[in-house]
Amino acid sequence: MSHNSDSQPTTALRRRLAELRGADVAPRPMDARALAALAANPGCRRRALLDGAGVDKGALAQALGSPAPFGQSQFAFVRGHAFEARAKGDGGAELMRLVHSRTAAAGAPAPESGEVSVPDLSAPGPEGRAERTRQALERATADGGWTLLDHPMVRLEVAGSFVHLEPDAVAVHPDGRWTVVEIKSFPVLDGSADPAKVGAAARQAAVYALALKALGVPGGRVDDRALLVCPKDFSNLPTAEAVDLRRQIATTRRQLARLTRLEEIAAALPEGATFDPARPPAELAGSVESVPAAYAPQCLSTCELAFHCRGRARSGGAVEALGREVRGELGGLATVEAVLAAARGEACDTAERSPDHFPKEPAGDPAAAALRRAARLRAEALSAAGRP
Amino acid sequence: MSLVTTLARIEAAATGRARPVATARHRHLAERPLVLVPLTTAGEVGAPLGAMVGTDRDAPRLLVVPQPRDRTLRSAFLAELADAVLPHLEAAQDEVELVERSETDPETGRKAKVEVELCADAPQLVVPSAAGVAYVRLLGRSMRFRRTAEEDPRAAHPAPPRLPLLGRWLTHYGERARVPGSSLLLAVTEVLGRHWATGQSRLEDQHLGALLAWITAGEGESGAEAALRAELARDRDGLLLTPPAGPATDPAFDNRRLAPAVARYDAGLPGAEAEIRELVASQLRPTWDAVWQGLDLLRALPPGAHVADRWKRDRWSYTAHRDRVRGGEPPQPRRDDAVTAARKLAARETAQAELAAQEALDDPLVMAQRRMAGEAFEGEVVEVEMVYSSGKRPMPRPLVTVRTGDRPHLEGGERLHRALESGKSQPGVFTESPAPGLLTVRLTGGMGRGREPEAGSVPEAGETVCWTLFEHAPRGGPDLPDPEETPWTHGGPPDPDALDAPDPVTPEDLL
Repeated sequence: MSHNSDSQPTTALRRRLAELRGADVAPRPMDARALAALAANPGCRRRALLDGAGVDKGALAQALGSPAPFGQSQFAFVRGHAFEARAKGDGGAELMRLVHSRTAAAGAPAPESGEVSVPDLSAPGPEGRAERTRQALERATADGGWTLLDHPMVRLEVAGSFVHLEPDAVAVHPDGRWTVVEIKSFPVLDGSADPAKVGAAARQAAVYALALKALGVPGGRVDDRALLVCPKDFSNLPTAEAVDLRRQIATTRRQLARLTRLEEIAAALPEGATFDPARPPAELAGSVESVPAAYAPQCLSTCELAFHCRGRARSGGAVEALGREVRGELGGLATVEAVLAAARGEACDTAERSPDHFPKEPAGDPAAAALRRAARLRAEALSAAGRP
Repeated sequence: MSLVTTLARIEAAATGRARPVATARHRHLAERPLVLVPLTTAGEVGAPLGAMVGTDRDAPRLLVVPQPRDRTLRSAFLAELADAVLPHLEAAQDEVELVERSETDPETGRKAKVEVELCADAPQLVVPSAAGVAYVRLLGRSMRFRRTAEEDPRAAHPAPPRLPLLGRWLTHYGERARVPGSSLLLAVTEVLGRHWATGQSRLEDQHLGALLAWITAGEGESGAEAALRAELARDRDGLLLTPPAGPATDPAFDNRRLAPAVARYDAGLPGAEAEIRELVASQLRPTWDAVWQGLDLLRALPPGAHVADRWKRDRWSYTAHRDRVRGGEPPQPRRDDAVTAARKLAARETAQAELAAQEALDDPLVMAQRRMAGEAFEGEVVEVEMVYSSGKRPMPRPLVTVRTGDRPHLEGGERLHRALESGKSQPGVFTESPAPGLLTVRLTGGMGRGREPEAGSVPEAGETVCWTLFEHAPRGGPDLPDPEETPWTHGGPPDPDALDAPDPVTPEDLL
């Protein structure tokens, strides 16, 4: 059980995070999508702190002058909702048929219509809904029938504070297994779907599976496979595939554990730091700068603050701005200036040349030596082709 | 990525201008390509919103679906698209040359020369980005199984006559685009990215406007600033000045402009359709112009020497598809059978190896990457020693020693290859390194049949030569069995009569 009192965020931390967020700013709840993205870049303290404190990163980015270009088209929104409603329609009968056909134990009879119970999970506030969800799961597991939890609420501890998450659905099998159901509106075309989108859905489902595992309900166990429900081909008919989550669960668990605890990050902040979007941009920029970030171009599609971080990385000449693979190739050389200096042969000993003009292995950094060779080859080839 | 191209990226970041990573153009560009800029409706698969299409940069044809959820309007759009695209795709079908090809006689098993037709040219299709290529495939898939009223008189929603045919052609072009080095269907971002390195990541290079901004940034502005403007700058109404190159639209455009206009259209207000056309055109035109600008930049590069060879393969591919259509074969299946899939994969691997070799031979800057990687070396010949083989008929086996600063991965006995003036490749074997920086190669062929090597086939002292460790014309793997011989481990022979049924039509689906 993870909701015992000693792992609750301390009151002091909560007060500190509220200060950082701004006195009158309501915390922005974190969702599984953000969590999955966070786990994709676990080294980023800036994101961990801002998300943990419930800062509205979109508003913050706006105030910093680098608004995120994210948004959802209402066409996509309407279509996504229509599809989810359709997939869950008819008291969940169609959805449970898919759950049964893809993930049921061999030989288990399909749920007859009217056999699926869909408990009411509504309650005031996320804590109340999480409690209702836990009770419903306990009851359903003990009953040993088919149960569909529509939009349950679960919670997960992230970097020392709790995050409430809302899966599309969780199905309870008669054998006590729980299957996370993800409903997405990208199509499964001729039996295959966009691997990037399936990967993102699996990471998100893994976050829900971890949260369900943390409940520790007796007799209940979380299936290592999630059910991904998508439109079939060009139609609006739902089709489903079981997606193995073992790797995603292991990765997410490890990366969540690696997330630096918020206390530590918050403690390293200077006095008076704030992320209240109402403050002047210069002050905000200073506060944001005081938390180290781990920018990579992949952030651009997942983090509202990415354009700000990219601007900072570029103006500092950081090679990460050119891509993670570039960073990996350049060894210890972290800035554009350092790379160019090494390529010119300034950083290390100048290349010694033997009488027959064959360059000897220089004593310095092998990455610098390779860069010098690359620069020489490149210049030679460009001049051979008559290009500058 | 090679350190040589990484360095180009670093230089670009430092100077604020894209830097060349190729000194020749490595893809074929047709004189009159058909440019297609499609837009799709957010969240709906296979529901086009509009397209700009044509071969004349000053007179694009605009196609618009005023209500993408309306099946009839979508059908009308696709019929119009077929009208705009099919004449171009079919234009090169009838002008052929006769080529000799050796084919195995199925009865005797003997190889015989036969004369076959090869289309003299193939029509080229150009889209803005890799997402555009994926969309061409999707359009092809959505149309090729459709049935026209003639094929199925009882169909509830028969397809306009030429729709299934367009679907088959687009599927073929989309499939061909997966072959490395092919040029039937090009994505401008991919081709530009092959020839220039920008000071941003490859991920950001997928934005056509930003990529062009790095390449063409004017005086007094850095590529980074120009690219940022292309990515983010919005007008007073919050719309992007450089709309995305599609097929996805900007959500702000959808919500602020398109959705209200579509609502007015649904309400039957006069002028609503014209308004939607104008809106869609406003999103398409900047991308249309950017595509042509990209083509101009690419045209300014001299074509690589092997580009025509690879284009000939594209012509073969085009001719083969023409023959399948004319032969009345059914549309491409939803999934390839095991043998076809294995063949395609093997062909793509061969094409990849061939492309890598040819690009290096055509372009010193690409060869520099291979030299950096220790897969080739270049140097000045310092000594040529004439040696003969010790057989009954002694053949020339000269030993050529070069001085080089390169560090190829050689231990002794490796086969080496050198391009001759004639375009053929000359084999050699690495023998030894007599001193640091000196490498000796024994030439083992390409010198004619006589005792004396043919003129010009042996390099002379002072000449600069380049040897590669990779073959110049890599061969494919072993032959695969015919589909009828598919082993049971791979699902057995496919059912010859199995045909993919058309997609079922449901009340709310999108076909």
